[in-house]
Amino acid sequence: MSETSDSQAPRYTLGQRIFLFFGSMDLAITLLLTLAVASVIGTVLQQNQPYTDYLIKFGPFWFEIFETAGLYDVYSALWFLAILTLLVVSTSVCVIRQTPSMIRDMWHLRTHVQEKSLQALRHNISWKVSTPENQTVTALMAEFTKQGFRVKQTDKTDAILISAMRGGMNRLGYILTHLAIIVICVGGLMDSNLPLKFAEWQGKIKVETRDLAVSQVPAKSRLSVSKQAFRGSINIPEGRSSDVAFVAMRDGYLVQSLPFKIEVIDFRIEHYETGQPKSFETDLIVHDSDLAEPLAATISVNHPLIYKGYAIYQASFSDGGSLLSIDAWPLDDRIGKEAIAIETQVFQTSQFRWGEQKTQLEITAFRPFNINADPTDDDPGRLRNFGPSMGFKLRSETGEAMEYLNYMLPVTRNEREFYLSGVRASPADEFGYLYLPVDNNGELTEFNQFLKRVRDKALVSAIAGEMMLETLAAIDGSEEGLQQSLQQTLTMLVAMFERGGFTTVTEFIETSLPEAERETLGPAYLAMLREMLARIYFSKVDDELVGEAELLFLQDAVDAIGSLPRYGSPVFLMLTDYEHVEASGLQIARSPGKPVVYLGCAFLVAGVFLLFYLPQRRLWVLVKTQAQGVTVLLAGMSNRNPRDFDPFFDQLTNTLKQLNGNSH
Amino acid sequence: MTTTTGTLNLVEDRPFTQWLWRGVMALAAMALIAIYSSVFDIYEISIVIFTAVAMMFLGQNWSGFRWHSLAVTILSLLAIRIYGNDLTLGETDFFLSYLLASQSAFMWMSALFVMATVSYFAGLLFRSEFTAKVGTGLTWSAATMGMIGLMVRWKESYLIGADVGHIPVSNLYEVFILFSVITALIYLFYERRYQIRSLGGFVLLVISAAVAFLLWYGFERGAHEIQPLVPALQSYWMKIHVPANFVGYGTFAMAAMIGVAYLLVSWQQTKNPNGRLVEAMPSLAVMDELMYKVIALGFAFFTVATILGALWAAEAWGGYWSWDPKETWALIVWLNYAAWLHMRMTKGWSGNPMAWWAVIGLFVTLFAFLGVNMFLTGLHSYGTL
Ligand code: HEM
Repeated sequence: MSETSDSQAPRYTLGQRIFLFFGSMDLAITLLLTLAVASVIGTVLQQNQPYTDYLIKFGPFWFEIFETAGLYDVYSALWFLAILTLLVVSTSVCVIRQTPSMIRDMWHLRTHVQEKSLQALRHNISWKVSTPENQTVTALMAEFTKQGFRVKQTDKTDAILISAMRGGMNRLGYILTHLAIIVICVGGLMDSNLPLKFAEWQGKIKVETRDLAVSQVPAKSRLSVSKQAFRGSINIPEGRSSDVAFVAMRDGYLVQSLPFKIEVIDFRIEHYETGQPKSFETDLIVHDSDLAEPLAATISVNHPLIYKGYAIYQASFSDGGSLLSIDAWPLDDRIGKEAIAIETQVFQTSQFRWGEQKTQLEITAFRPFNINADPTDDDPGRLRNFGPSMGFKLRSETGEAMEYLNYMLPVTRNEREFYLSGVRASPADEFGYLYLPVDNNGELTEFNQFLKRVRDKALVSAIAGEMMLETLAAIDGSEEGLQQSLQQTLTMLVAMFERGGFTTVTEFIETSLPEAERETLGPAYLAMLREMLARIYFSKVDDELVGEAELLFLQDAVDAIGSLPRYGSPVFLMLTDYEHVEASGLQIARSPGKPVVYLGCAFLVAGVFLLFYLPQRRLWVLVKTQAQGVTVLLAGMSNRNPRDFDPFFDQLTNTLKQLNGNSH
Repeated sequence: MTTTTGTLNLVEDRPFTQWLWRGVMALAAMALIAIYSSVFDIYEISIVIFTAVAMMFLGQNWSGFRWHSLAVTILSLLAIRIYGNDLTLGETDFFLSYLLASQSAFMWMSALFVMATVSYFAGLLFRSEFTAKVGTGLTWSAATMGMIGLMVRWKESYLIGADVGHIPVSNLYEVFILFSVITALIYLFYERRYQIRSLGGFVLLVISAAVAFLLWYGFERGAHEIQPLVPALQSYWMKIHVPANFVGYGTFAMAAMIGVAYLLVSWQQTKNPNGRLVEAMPSLAVMDELMYKVIALGFAFFTVATILGALWAAEAWGGYWSWDPKETWALIVWLNYAAWLHMRMTKGWSGNPMAWWAVIGLFVTLFAFLGVNMFLTGLHSYGTL
């Protein structure tokens, strides 16, 4: 092949040897495969996620090791760029080394060939002709030219040699293909964030990791308007505007100034009849002092706006600070009986004093539609309309926070309605759900009143007394001691249930009762607790008929109270009204390297097709006059697809033979 | 069985036939553009012209392809005509529900591909040229039914709703059909050109595997239902990017199966040089060369497809390259075959190691094609399992 063999290399200087090493095929293949393997890492580990997510996933030890190895942004890690650079260097060396010989090969018709070497080619044949030498040569040359070959005649001492070649552009294919790799990488480099990293390394800029308002971001984390490549993003709420974009870097960002201001008028999602999203669109206005009039445009996915070399894409959407009206229903009797009305906004934090504790409410999300499956339903295919939802966090004074997800519409399960609220302690957990039963008025009043009575010590004690008397009357016992202890047990069971649900009660049974009595007393305790709860529930009514509906409500309410201790919030926040404000997520990019990359791509495509589908074919004819007459020796070779060359050579032989009235 | 394997079949059709075919293609393209001039944009017109030119080349010396195109055209038009504006006819009309509705056509395709695989292997096993020829016939029929199914599905998507309509290359189910059809056509091309019918069973094996997946995916996951396009896929780039990719995937799969056959024959040769398999299969040299040709074809198309993908990404995602998992795996596949080609062209490797490498290449390709969608998350909202 065109690769010169390195095995028996003459003495090279060190510089030459390094040059040869970089251009060697072994290095090239190694680099191609190394690059492939290295690329895998970034696809297996999701890149550029918030660093806290990685910390949760890997734990502090591995987190740091992976961070040092640059695994959260592999493709701009130094070691990865080093492999790419090596590949470019290696390819450059190989292009530099080969191009001169390739160009020569492209035009040069080999005329220094010996008869022997022609006979050694796989394709060669000779025959006798009846025409004289000169005439034969002329006819052959004409035929070759007709078939698209370039030809040259050389007079040797005892013969005439015709050298012919077709498909020299195959060699151009080689040059283009390999040049393309270099050009594409250079273009990619122009668009990479390497200059930013360099500036950071020099200490000229500093990545900001704090969550600040744009105006507060220090100058060192700001990038002025320039011709530099960047890729940033910005969320602009409807009706607002921005003249910056955020460029993400590792676990922080830089603020890139834009030479114009983008105002978002409206963001829209259109839906197909089936409910799937059909389009995401933003109406925006570009304000620029260079413009006679502000430029209005609508962008959508796949249809960006290109302005002054900046491309503005529809990338995502989010809440733009929707206004929310919330009723906070107390789950703790110290807070009061009635719901407290709250007005807030998505992404706002507000402080409350609920009962003893100070709590901070942070609204994190809002969605106007939720057509989901009930999270605990057996059939995940049964979709329901949950209405709007809001996500929020409640942070205690110590800084710990629980995360909640509440739906505005009650959901129906088993023909009863519930307000649904998800809760979890960390984003790594799944949501656990609280189902609060809705009363006939569609409110939580009845549940709240029941809860309040369960917590009313005097009332519980009175009911326990009543129940004790009835029970003892039934078994005909009237001993003072027994009376007292039974009443205490009943109150204690209710208090225990209120504090920790059925779990605590069961634990108590298993840990405090003597083993001998556990089996008989355990179920009895639970039955008594249920009876107590029922009595508490029905104590509000005097002798109203107790129907199926009330019994079911009681059961649901008991379940809900049992889960309250794990719910961890002193209030239940019920969304009552909202005004949806959306923010359009725009991606803004400048990529001056793009034309370069595209040029490289054009080279690559042209090069590859030339290499594969324009085989370089060389033919030689040696016409020799001897005593017996004129003989013709035809030989040929192709640098690609020898099997396709077989029939070509045969056909050519036939044509040429007929040409000079051959006398075999 | 006469062993003509490996000789190149360069028979050219009569000039009259060639011109007739070219004329028909030109007329068909012009007619399409004229009829739809009001709705086609420049990209669609370019695609029509490009398709017509490509078909002119493919069909001018390949009568099988001409008949295939003719059958697809006539039967698809027939189905579209029967459908009219009523999608429910797909279930009630006899002709549609048993033959031409896309779902029925795909079932036919699946059955025919499996039958073709069996025929090819039976032909090999019992040394029956006739049986193997039946395999070729079945493969043609299967490819034809698959192509008809795709065409009819295209129409059906518009019958569901004007805004739902789209070319059926938008999800994993549809592209698996595309993969089967394209791989079959590429194989048939080489089968005719190199008389390598004994390789048919091997290539069809990978198609049958695709069919098995397709059936599972359709029945088990309901993936056959036509879904409207998510906004990210509403782009003319999809129409060319995806098919170009599948020429690549199809050829790489075929190369791997030739690799399997190669390894099998070379193993048999050491044990039993005059054995049946060795006699019936093409020579190692032929398979080796074929493997190269097929990978070169795939590499060229895959290069184009990846570049088209970059052009599309520049428009949809704000950057021509984002190191999204699908993109990155396309690069990995590409680098792998680039290394393969270098090994062969510059280091002169051939034989068993290259065959093994081609087989391993299939797994890399398979991961790019399927694994990424199954295991990784990224920007390609193209189909998840
Ligand atoms: C890094 C150093 C590289 C060297 C020393 C090198 C060297 C070569 C050589 C000597 C050939 C054979 C040309 C011929 O005689 O026909 C070749 C072919 C080729 N190279 Fe490279 N190459 C390098 C990098 C690359 C890269 C990065 C790519 C892109 C992936 C690439 C793609 C190709 C292709 C597609 C062929 C044609 C193979 C064929 O004809 O089957 N090369 N290369």
